[in-house]
Amino acid sequence: MAGFLPTLAELADGGHQGLHTLYVSPLKALAADIKRNLRTPADEIGLPIRIEDRTGDTSQTQKKRQRADPPHILLTTPESLALLTSYEDAARTFAGLERVIVDEIHALAESKRGDQLMLALARLQRLRPNLRRVGLSATVEDPDAIASFLARHPDHCDIVLADPGPDPDISMLQTEEMPPWAGGGAAYAIPAVLEQIKRHKTTLIFHNTRAQAEIFFHNLWLANDEGLPIGIHHGSLDRQQRARVEAAMVRGELRAIVCTGSLDLGIDWGDVDLVIQIGAPKNVKRLVQRIGRANHRYNAPSKALLVPANRFEVVECVAALEAVKAHDLDGEPRGRGPRDVLCQHILIAAASGPFDADSLFAEMTSAGPFAGLSRPEFDACLEFCATGGYALRAYDRWQRLQQRSDGMWQLRDPRAAQRIRMNIGTIQDTDTLKVRLRRNRGGKPLGEIEESFAASLTPGDTFLIGGQIVRYEGLREMVVEVTRRADKKPKIATFMGTKFATSTQLSDRIMTMLEQSDWPQLPGHTAEWLALQRDVSRLPGRGRLLIESFPHEGREHLCVYGFAGRNAQQTLGLLLTKRMEELDLAPLGFVATDYATLIWGLDAVTDPRPLFRIEDLRHGLETWLAGNALMKRTFRASATIAGLIERNMPGQRKSGRQATFSSDILYDTLLKYDPDHLLMQITREEAMRGLVDFGRIEVMIARVQGRIDLIRLERVSPFAAPLFLEVGKVPVKGAAEERLLAEESDRLLRAAGLAQMEST
Amino acid sequence: MNGVKFSFAGQLLVALGSGALWWPEQKTLCVSDLHLGKSERFVRRGGPALPPYDSHDTLNRLAEDIEQTKAGTVVCLGDSFDDLDAARSLAEAERSRISTLQAGRRWIWIEGNHDPGPIELGGTYLAEWRCSALVFRHIAQLGAKSEISGHFHPKATLRAAGRLMTRPAFLVDDSRIILPAYGTYTGGLRSSDETLKGLMAEDAVAILTGKRPRSIPMPR
Repeated sequence: MAGFLPTLAELADGGHQGLHTLYVSPLKALAADIKRNLRTPADEIGLPIRIEDRTGDTSQTQKKRQRADPPHILLTTPESLALLTSYEDAARTFAGLERVIVDEIHALAESKRGDQLMLALARLQRLRPNLRRVGLSATVEDPDAIASFLARHPDHCDIVLADPGPDPDISMLQTEEMPPWAGGGAAYAIPAVLEQIKRHKTTLIFHNTRAQAEIFFHNLWLANDEGLPIGIHHGSLDRQQRARVEAAMVRGELRAIVCTGSLDLGIDWGDVDLVIQIGAPKNVKRLVQRIGRANHRYNAPSKALLVPANRFEVVECVAALEAVKAHDLDGEPRGRGPRDVLCQHILIAAASGPFDADSLFAEMTSAGPFAGLSRPEFDACLEFCATGGYALRAYDRWQRLQQRSDGMWQLRDPRAAQRIRMNIGTIQDTDTLKVRLRRNRGGKPLGEIEESFAASLTPGDTFLIGGQIVRYEGLREMVVEVTRRADKKPKIATFMGTKFATSTQLSDRIMTMLEQSDWPQLPGHTAEWLALQRDVSRLPGRGRLLIESFPHEGREHLCVYGFAGRNAQQTLGLLLTKRMEELDLAPLGFVATDYATLIWGLDAVTDPRPLFRIEDLRHGLETWLAGNALMKRTFRASATIAGLIERNMPGQRKSGRQATFSSDILYDTLLKYDPDHLLMQITREEAMRGLVDFGRIEVMIARVQGRIDLIRLERVSPFAAPLFLEVGKVPVKGAAEERLLAEESDRLLRAAGLAQMEST
Repeated sequence: MNGVKFSFAGQLLVALGSGALWWPEQKTLCVSDLHLGKSERFVRRGGPALPPYDSHDTLNRLAEDIEQTKAGTVVCLGDSFDDLDAARSLAEAERSRISTLQAGRRWIWIEGNHDPGPIELGGTYLAEWRCSALVFRHIAQLGAKSEISGHFHPKATLRAAGRLMTRPAFLVDDSRIILPAYGTYTGGLRSSDETLKGLMAEDAVAILTGKRPRSIPMPR
């Protein structure tokens, strides 16, 4: 609210014509929430102000009117703003604009949505040179980094630090039962959590993944003998379902809401007096943000409880508690703005009218994330937008952008502007299918599941969605039809959404804690576990890399404690097994967590050094990675943002997948014929920091500098034991898929009474 | 050469892993839906500039199959070009590639819905072609017998050990064969689609393409 005071003051005399202040937030719901909260005081003071929001949910008529006759205050999202700047009449829409307020700026600064927003602000600043920008956030670990992200480069940005208020009242939930060795469900804590719900007015129960939220809600409901009103809220549930839960919460009718990141940010939902975080928070900043959901009043301390889901998470939770007390927030430096977003904005600029390359370059490099962009890099992006930028110059006749005789660039076909507008945005939606109850005339929508999960279902299978068990009946017109017949143990639906890796800072804190001589801050059972590990093996530390080798159930095992986070440990597993295969060490599979990778195979590793040469790993990354599915997924995201793949096409209502081909084919083609193409460069750059996270492997190897301790044990160590219970084991396979296919096809044919056709 | 042998209308045929159909007795190689020039048509119509290597790649694979089989006749079952303009504006390199492939063998272009008319390339242009007992046309006709067609780009999915494997596929029953699309940038239509279920008999088989092509009961 405070962010709007200058706006209200300047609008008080009623003399301002047109748009005055633009408010941008990462959530649609936040825009609607702010509108409600702003309307009341404005009306009470009797200010003659028009306040409207504009998001993906706003009607077409309303949107059209807003362009021609904008309100004084417009509340919107980065995507809707980018769309507004793509129209020919943008200059008229934004005439009069004085201020831009960016809310929850730390959340935007972490993603491509923020990079997109800064490019849009650069455009607005050119239209309105005296535009003032304000960024708001309650959780910023590095205010200077956010300042240079937000401000027009190279302008100065004032940083105002507000009184942080009292420290939160935060601790680990005490339970009678000990947390299990592995897993993420935290089912052991259900009775204690129910007890807390009873003692508080409204409790928010945060989970790291939607699947975990579903399972926990299901278990909570089974144990809820008193029938307390408890709801569930996450991004894969149907919008109406979510709206119903939100409304019930505002009315104070719910005692608890099981939720995920969908309730992370600053919406004021009723009177929350307790926040419970299930599972290790992985990231201190997100934990602080979640804690802040409780007692959303200045001056009152927020109350929060952490519930580790397994024994190792006890250590991580304690490390996170210490970080919160020390006000030590984490955050990876983001690096420069990604060029796929830049390509999209070149197209947006073209959609709004002819442009001059020099001034567009000047405009874009005034955006903080792109301040370091070189002219040749910009030219390569422009070339990509114009011709595709291929080594084989095939499209000179059909350039998407053409340079006119006066040097200005414009769309060859003006109708292309509509296609560009339909594909604005950087949020990647995975392929999901709607889930509905089967009825005569289209039953109630329940939510969405991933297409690959839907494809794995056969009629009769059951799964959890929105806390209920439903039975898969069939697929009709790309809708998953279900009934409420819970006659089987439910499968666990996989939902989209990232699995967060434990942050570098938090991993460091954990390793530092392991170096202590004793652990008074840990519960007894966990301290004993660490001591036992120290006795039979060794504890991992920051300056060395601990590797254990031991036989178990007739297989040789290798456990690498890299503490590099889940994604990097996963990549390490792929790279090491690849290397082991080359060295004839017959690896069979591996599993990775945030702190270790466990590999099993036929032969014991006696000398780990050849496995950990960074050059070999990097080489393996380049050769192996090129054909990897993670790489293809990364390519698909970047190709979509950069405008090579269109998610939406004019006149295309249903998903016309028969007519399209997979992005994997485009990737394979480029890899074969044009491996240095701009999009391949972008894909490699993105993969390094995203799913592959090779950067953290490099940091880890630099940290230990060859100080590798290989310890040979007779049996599984206390630290390695939980890894055997982890899900997500990755089998090592080369020709395995062809063999699987052969075996399964034989089985199916036999079952159908047919013989396999003869192969040549 | 990896393929699956089967008997159809009294003839021995081989479904190759590449998606081509080989008829040894007639030394005839049949491919469908090459969609040459697809990337060019895409960009001409205001779409994004896709990597312009699809025609080159398709012809590479076709050349390999011709080389392997030493085919005396090549039948392209229609939609060989993404449209007639794409056929006309095919790059010089691709044109001469086609001429080279055509040298010393019979070449038959069947009309498709994307390329309904003659093009300025060598070979014979036909609406359909009969040879021995078999009839080759672009789109399958209800009630037809001994028919070989394309058009639908069929694909089929096999589930094994928790993985889904989707591949372009031949659909085969007693009276017809529908070929998968051969072109590099071609999507697929699931065998469980109503149209394909309606065309194919209950006991139809799908032959999944790939390194080692395999047959399965057609997924419905």
